[in-house]
Amino acid sequence: MGLLSKKDVKLITDPLADNNPITIQVLGICSALAITAELKASIVMAISVVFVLAIGNVVISLIRNIIPSKIRIIVQLVVVATLVIIVDQVLKAFAYELSKTLSVFVGLIITNCIIMGRFEAFALANGPWRSFLDGIGNSAGYGIILVIVGFFRELLGSGTLLGFKVLGDAIEKTGVYAYGYENNGFMLLAPMALITIGIIIWVQRSRNIALIEHN
Amino acid sequence: MGLKEKLHTIKEKGKGKKWLPAFEALHTFLYTPNETTHSGGHIKGADDLKRTMTMVVLALIPCLIFGMFNTGYQHFNAFGTPVEFLSMDAFWYGFLKILPLVVVSYVVGLGIEVLFAIIKGHEVEEGYFVTGMLVPLIVPVDIPLWMLSVAVIFGVVIGKEIFGGTGMNILNPALTIRAFLFFAYPTWMSGDKVWVGGAVERANEMAAGADVAAVSGETILGSLAQGKEVAYSVYDMFFGFIPGSVGETSTLLILLAGIFLIFTKIASWRIMLSSVIGALLMGLLFNGVVNAGWISEGSRFYSLMSTEFWHHLIIGGFAFGVVFMATDPVTGSQTNKGKWIYGFLIGFISILIRVFNPAYPEGVMLAILLMNVFAPTIDHYVVQGNVKGRLKRLKAKTA
Repeated sequence: MGLLSKKDVKLITDPLADNNPITIQVLGICSALAITAELKASIVMAISVVFVLAIGNVVISLIRNIIPSKIRIIVQLVVVATLVIIVDQVLKAFAYELSKTLSVFVGLIITNCIIMGRFEAFALANGPWRSFLDGIGNSAGYGIILVIVGFFRELLGSGTLLGFKVLGDAIEKTGVYAYGYENNGFMLLAPMALITIGIIIWVQRSRNIALIEHN
Repeated sequence: MGLKEKLHTIKEKGKGKKWLPAFEALHTFLYTPNETTHSGGHIKGADDLKRTMTMVVLALIPCLIFGMFNTGYQHFNAFGTPVEFLSMDAFWYGFLKILPLVVVSYVVGLGIEVLFAIIKGHEVEEGYFVTGMLVPLIVPVDIPLWMLSVAVIFGVVIGKEIFGGTGMNILNPALTIRAFLFFAYPTWMSGDKVWVGGAVERANEMAAGADVAAVSGETILGSLAQGKEVAYSVYDMFFGFIPGSVGETSTLLILLAGIFLIFTKIASWRIMLSSVIGALLMGLLFNGVVNAGWISEGSRFYSLMSTEFWHHLIIGGFAFGVVFMATDPVTGSQTNKGKWIYGFLIGFISILIRVFNPAYPEGVMLAILLMNVFAPTIDHYVVQGNVKGRLKRLKAKTA
């Protein structure tokens, strides 16, 4: 048997598409709306969540048999908070400007429902290796959506990608701006992020009809 | 064989084909389809969807034509070569400016409708007929056509089609389109340039170094929000010789259209009347605050607050929004009591937004969209209240 069994691979690939935390479970929407105005912030946020969820899942899984179930939420919070503070400090030390853009939302990773959700639903009932894979899968599924939304919002809202002026200079009127194109300010506002996520959900469900609920 | 029979045979041949909905749209536009229902009793009503829509468009035509005259009038006045209001020069300038807006609005909007009809396999609905006429009337005349197209695509897809098409939408599609433009391209939707045809171009020329006089034309709400003097008389405001979105300026024509729509029983007089009451009440409240001296003259709300309460009805897009958009039978309240509440709150909130948020001078747009969202809730409570009342009566009777 190889390093990853078929079941293990499914743990990673499932949350990327058919069981995506954002588009299918509709969790973690708040941060997906708040920080996706720039692609860079989306990527950093995605990486931070991958770190927190993967390590957190392992830690919870290792101590799952000794946590009294009455206080398990508090224990989980302590674990997330510790990891989030590490991420926050690293960002402040090595990417200060970016940490200012992300501001309070790094701290708010603690309240990201995906993280507590995975602790409760998976890490408390599975071994460390599988929990690790589950953490990677779910946070990557979250990250993918963040990056897609960030890509469109930055491209259409500011005309840049990762800060590079890919569409030309809006003030100097070069590139497409010379032909009268203008940035769409609505893309930078949170409602348009929600609509973008809605469109992603729409596209995903029309490609995979099995995802549509019937009630 | 005449055209009419030919179309029928084409339709028979096209059964089950993908393009049939698109063909049917054209077909029903030209002739009454030759289909009849076979079961059940029916009441033949003359006020079908198509008749209703046609009536609203008829009511809009005077506003459109007035808008063409006014566009030319404002343009020539601002550029220092004044012309008579009712002159061919003014009309022709406005006609050439506004016709592209109308064409783009209809071509793009109907294109999307047909596309969705083909994908989803339903018939093309005539829902866009009115929206397509409303859109050019509620935008500044100089709006770039590609922006209008983007907004129309957004409004029709996100505002209407994803909810299930005509009759299922929560938000008024025309206002969704305007709101999109307003938030996406604010520089083209506010300020003192966009309301006069050619003024933006002139500003660009000046920026490039041309030696020409600056041209500007601020809307009345815009000047009030900045605390400037208003150069227009009440007479101008009522008849509509003022800068503004294409069709919204003439309160007189909108009033006549409103009476026409009430007379033909297409729009609800309850909504219109209660909106006006709401707006007047809010205006009176603000006037009261000013008269009581609770607000200093230095305050940035002062000039809008001290505007005489009934002026609010004839400036900005209030009249247009209330007559043509608040009364949309799909997105408004359905119950009679609900209509009073819905309309009153539209008027009340419009003036509230106008005064307290000078960045959004067109409060009526946001007020209507907000109340669109609440209309089903209002209806729910009105209906539940009625059910409860009747149950109580029943109990009293049987006890």
